[in-house]
Amino acid sequence: MQTGPSGKLNRRAVVRALLADRGELLVIGGLGAPAWDITDAGDVPENLPLWGGMGGAAMMGLGLALAQPARPVLVLTGDGEMLMGVGALATIGVRRPKNLAVVVLDNEHYGETGMQETHTRHGVDLAGMARAAGIGDARLLRTADEVQALRGAVHAMAGPLFAQVKVDEASERLVLPPREAAILQARFREAVLGAAAHLQ
Amino acid sequence: MPDAADTDWPDQIYDLLKAHGIRQVALVPDAGHARLIKRCLADNAMKVVSLTTEEEGVAMLFGAWLGGEKGVLLMQSSGVGNCINMLSVAVAHRTPCPMIVTMRGEYGEFNPFQVPMGQATPTVLEAMGTLLNRADRPEDVAPGVDATLRLAFNTFRPAATLLGQRLLGAKTFGR
Repeated sequence: MQTGPSGKLNRRAVVRALLADRGELLVIGGLGAPAWDITDAGDVPENLPLWGGMGGAAMMGLGLALAQPARPVLVLTGDGEMLMGVGALATIGVRRPKNLAVVVLDNEHYGETGMQETHTRHGVDLAGMARAAGIGDARLLRTADEVQALRGAVHAMAGPLFAQVKVDEASERLVLPPREAAILQARFREAVLGAAAHLQ
Repeated sequence: MPDAADTDWPDQIYDLLKAHGIRQVALVPDAGHARLIKRCLADNAMKVVSLTTEEEGVAMLFGAWLGGEKGVLLMQSSGVGNCINMLSVAVAHRTPCPMIVTMRGEYGEFNPFQVPMGQATPTVLEAMGTLLNRADRPEDVAPGVDATLRLAFNTFRPAATLLGQRLLGAKTFGR
């Protein structure tokens, strides 16, 4: 798996590996780079890339996981986005949906606003916080092998699962999803629920 | 002894949630919602999720709708302030987002800290595209909540019923 100048994993390579052969997987991408990352891996209806709602991605995953308990749900988000809504770890840790995985692509920076450092740059241990909140399987990942194991765990639905993947901070090419959020929501719902989605 | 018709409005709200097929109930507790919360917790068909902050509920209802389930957010007026930016998610995606808000900071309020957000609640919600109705009498609760649920799910937007403090009774802290 590709690494960046720092020797850490390349974020796009991590996301492509996690979304390979995705099957029934439903994906929410937190605003900023993770939304572009999931789009780079393939702009499909079963992706919900976010253009806003900072701090809400993990809770969106909880609502979706509760509504679709037979399908694996993956929230891919950034360290800044997760930190803004970090209380969600406690809410998820109490509710414990088996089919929910929250994966933080941790580049230790706010990438969309000028690469200011986040708290993870200064030692804040998101995986430790998730574990302390009651998410039993909470991992800190640095290697390609660990990413492959994580992909398997996301599909195993023995969660809830949390993972903090240390990634290189280099910015990637912008790969933008559609910006009309009503379309993003409608195409996602139709993919999950069929045409009946529009008559609910 | 108050008339039963004056005090069973929480049960009427519960019946409306059932009639509208609400499956997910997101909440930060408030005394005014206590009886409704008990009813929802006792219902195995409802997934009741206690939140650390109210904006989590707006996000959760969006996720629920993505997966084909209807939800509702229960909170106190001070919690509306915690939801402001997250409401952009419902506005931009055109997501049904019904809210039932118990009011503080108005009729007979004791705690000064409740007043600023309580008084700002209608303005803030309307500024974020939320359609409102108010209930200050027991007989207005069920029609108001029914209207909020219909507006949210039929027209794909945030909508809220504000349950006035006159209806709930002011918290007096024994004074």
